[in-house]
Amino acid sequence: MGHRIGIDVGGTNTDAVVLDENLTVIASVKRPTTADTGDGVAAAIDAVLELSGIAPSQISHAMLGTTHCTNAIVERRGLGRVGILRLGAPATTAVPPLEGWPEDLKAAIGEHVVLLPGGFEVDGRVLSPIDDDAVRAACARMRGQVDAVAVVGVFSPIDESQEQQVARIVADELGVPVSASARIGSLGLLERENATVLNAALMQTLTQMATGFVAALRERGIAAEPYFGQNDGTLMRLDYALEFPVLTIGCGPTNSIRGAAHLSGISDALVVDIGGTTTDIGVLIDGFPRQSAHAVEIGGIRTNFRMPDVLSVGLGGGTIIRDEGTRVGPDSVGYRLLTEGLAFGGDTLTATDIALAVGAAEINGTAAPEVTSTVADAAWRGIRTLLEDSIDRMKPSAAPVPVILVGGGGIIAPEVLDGVSDLLRPDHFGAANAVGAALGDVAGQVEKIYRVDGTEPGRRAARADAAQAARERAAEAGAARETIEVVAIEELPAAYSDGQQVLIRARAVGRLIG
Amino acid sequence: MSAFITDADIDEIAVGAAVLGTGGGGDPHVGSLMAKRLIRLHGPVRLLAVEELTDDDFVVPVGGIGAPSVSVERIMAESELTAALEAIERAVGRKPTAVMPIEVGGGNSMIPIAAAALAGLPVVDGDAMGRAFPEAQMVTFHLAGYGPGATVLVDHFGNEVVSRPVNGEWSERLARAAVVEMGGGATMIDYAYGGDVVRECAIPGTLTLAKRIGSILRGRSATGDELRDDERIDALCDDLGAYRLFDGKVSDLQREVDGGFTRGAAELDGVGGDRGATFRLDFQNEMLLARRDGQIAAVTPDLIAVLDLATGMPITTDDVRYGARVTVIGIPCDDRWRTPMGLATAGPDHFGYDVDWVPVEQFATQKEGR
Repeated sequence: MGHRIGIDVGGTNTDAVVLDENLTVIASVKRPTTADTGDGVAAAIDAVLELSGIAPSQISHAMLGTTHCTNAIVERRGLGRVGILRLGAPATTAVPPLEGWPEDLKAAIGEHVVLLPGGFEVDGRVLSPIDDDAVRAACARMRGQVDAVAVVGVFSPIDESQEQQVARIVADELGVPVSASARIGSLGLLERENATVLNAALMQTLTQMATGFVAALRERGIAAEPYFGQNDGTLMRLDYALEFPVLTIGCGPTNSIRGAAHLSGISDALVVDIGGTTTDIGVLIDGFPRQSAHAVEIGGIRTNFRMPDVLSVGLGGGTIIRDEGTRVGPDSVGYRLLTEGLAFGGDTLTATDIALAVGAAEINGTAAPEVTSTVADAAWRGIRTLLEDSIDRMKPSAAPVPVILVGGGGIIAPEVLDGVSDLLRPDHFGAANAVGAALGDVAGQVEKIYRVDGTEPGRRAARADAAQAARERAAEAGAARETIEVVAIEELPAAYSDGQQVLIRARAVGRLIG
Repeated sequence: MSAFITDADIDEIAVGAAVLGTGGGGDPHVGSLMAKRLIRLHGPVRLLAVEELTDDDFVVPVGGIGAPSVSVERIMAESELTAALEAIERAVGRKPTAVMPIEVGGGNSMIPIAAAALAGLPVVDGDAMGRAFPEAQMVTFHLAGYGPGATVLVDHFGNEVVSRPVNGEWSERLARAAVVEMGGGATMIDYAYGGDVVRECAIPGTLTLAKRIGSILRGRSATGDELRDDERIDALCDDLGAYRLFDGKVSDLQREVDGGFTRGAAELDGVGGDRGATFRLDFQNEMLLARRDGQIAAVTPDLIAVLDLATGMPITTDDVRYGARVTVIGIPCDDRWRTPMGLATAGPDHFGYDVDWVPVEQFATQKEGR
């Protein structure tokens, strides 16, 4: 295996690193994220190649971690319009799709919702058969109104066949990409539906970003295989990522947590990643991010991924300060910080301007902006309180914890924070995301319900099938087959059934194809 | 709480109901979305104190029966709620004047609110368990000697099963058999009684209690002060007269299906002040037995709730994960469960634990003396 280039596209900055075959960081750079993200990626690649002195031909792998999809959801920007087909009638009518969604997010994806007959019972019986004509009629109503379609069937993790049947009809009728829920999430109809709708909404978002990335690599003669970071800290191949863009959603924080551990050599701490738009706080336990035990909210809606347990707060270098310094964010100028921030000649007061004004930070070639001390002090207090409260919420106990500070917005963090025993800023701290992106292994995960006859051989066969499916998914995501190992296999019960169902969750991890 | 439940109250009631669900009773999330939607469409639900009920009232407990894993996947049809109310009216010839929760724990706290909104009826501020239990006869009506009466099961297709079981145990057996055929979940009405019986049997004020628990865990004390994350669990224990039993990390977990129930055990390693100690939680849908270093700390029918150590949010038995940092609290149950009949119905013996019931207060006293 040769050198790796790791790139992290944040809302504000695009970071790039080159790692050698021993995963040592040779060079790291930071460039502004651009409206067309491909330009910023290209600029970061050029800069890091030049700084490292590594020839394009020596790069064998290129990994892109991006919060682009996350930001698109949080900021309700650049999302595709989604048609939603729920297969569940006559059941499920008490809570229709998009119930509980924030109004602005509903508006962004449109409310193209149709409830159709379909679904399975927990014991594998058909709840209602699919009505092909009703599916076509629903498509006719959505024609021209949607950019992608989400198909969600009751108990599809037991049996995907109805979802696949409907997906084929939709593809024929509408010619738009289709996300089927059984491949996206696990049991819990609303959470899986939400995740599937988001996945569909992000398909064109990620395609645009990937096109820029691939073009940037090719134009520079880098023949590396492109990978995307996914939310568990592992990687997936480009084509897989385009089908499952929602899996990129937690990769920003995961990558910074893994990168922070790698750079600092510390395995138990809080990782506070301050970017331009948000601060993400994760918990590092034994070198890996703590996983969330609960359904995870993304952009205000519940989904059912296994995600890193991360608290995301609207505070970053580009966070807008209003009301005489008494209101901090939560919105941000994002990648426009370098043109719109006061210190950079713009006319928006940002958190970076405050850090400069109170003398907590310096940026070469940039003077502290003119901000009255009343405003600066109020805002600085607000920033500190917000950080301290957020850190406190993630601490495992009341005892002070070490904090590894990473991310380009780190200059807005005060040196002393209540509840923090040590504030560490490792070398290359600004590019921890990109380092984490380049470390990753490749994973595949499945969660399926099996009907078993209750005998041990039956259960063994079900476990073997789930393990094999997880291996296949790891291979599809880009792992070298001979390196794939099943790292976890979990059996969960399906209660109140006739006792013959078992839910099996399997996860396989392998090395990148070298 | 005001005399009405609005959609703004639902999230707090749901959090409190998850605590009183002691890990079972199903996730109230789906039910809360349903309740909020139906309140939005049909208006706030009047909350009726147990003592306000008159002899002319006909109070109908409505709930879901079945597997939590079914109720979060095959969400109920809205028509099930009205169909169930119509079926009980046909079966006994009385028109419901109010609905009530059969159990205040978990998802079944929400279904009666949703049904009340849809039917334009008030909901009684009380329930028949004061918590969640897994079996249909584990209700205060049963303890007082009342049978289940006409029992209605309705499913998503509109199938109705009306039965007249001779006692609570038969109600549970018949319902369970029908529910398997109904795909593992149904809407159920049993123990529908006049206001006089409900005044005698219901545990009063439990919806209000759930709301107060939710409010505290979401950071608002009983006096309206804002609570920091690390103050919430202690504030809750103060308010409930409950005991903080253990802070720990889940170090081992066994879970399996056995006879239609989720059974299992979680082992915890102590953190913070409990470092060095171990704790074991046994569950059958609900958390039923808690032992610290082998000694009983709390046991059913007292309530054992598992909360996220950092946020105070309740964790269900389905959601317990290896590595989770949790606080276990013990809440004394209603005195009716501490009678010989109560202990025979829902004590450790009934669930197959070969231990004697000890009140949770006793462990707490020992702990202070340590």
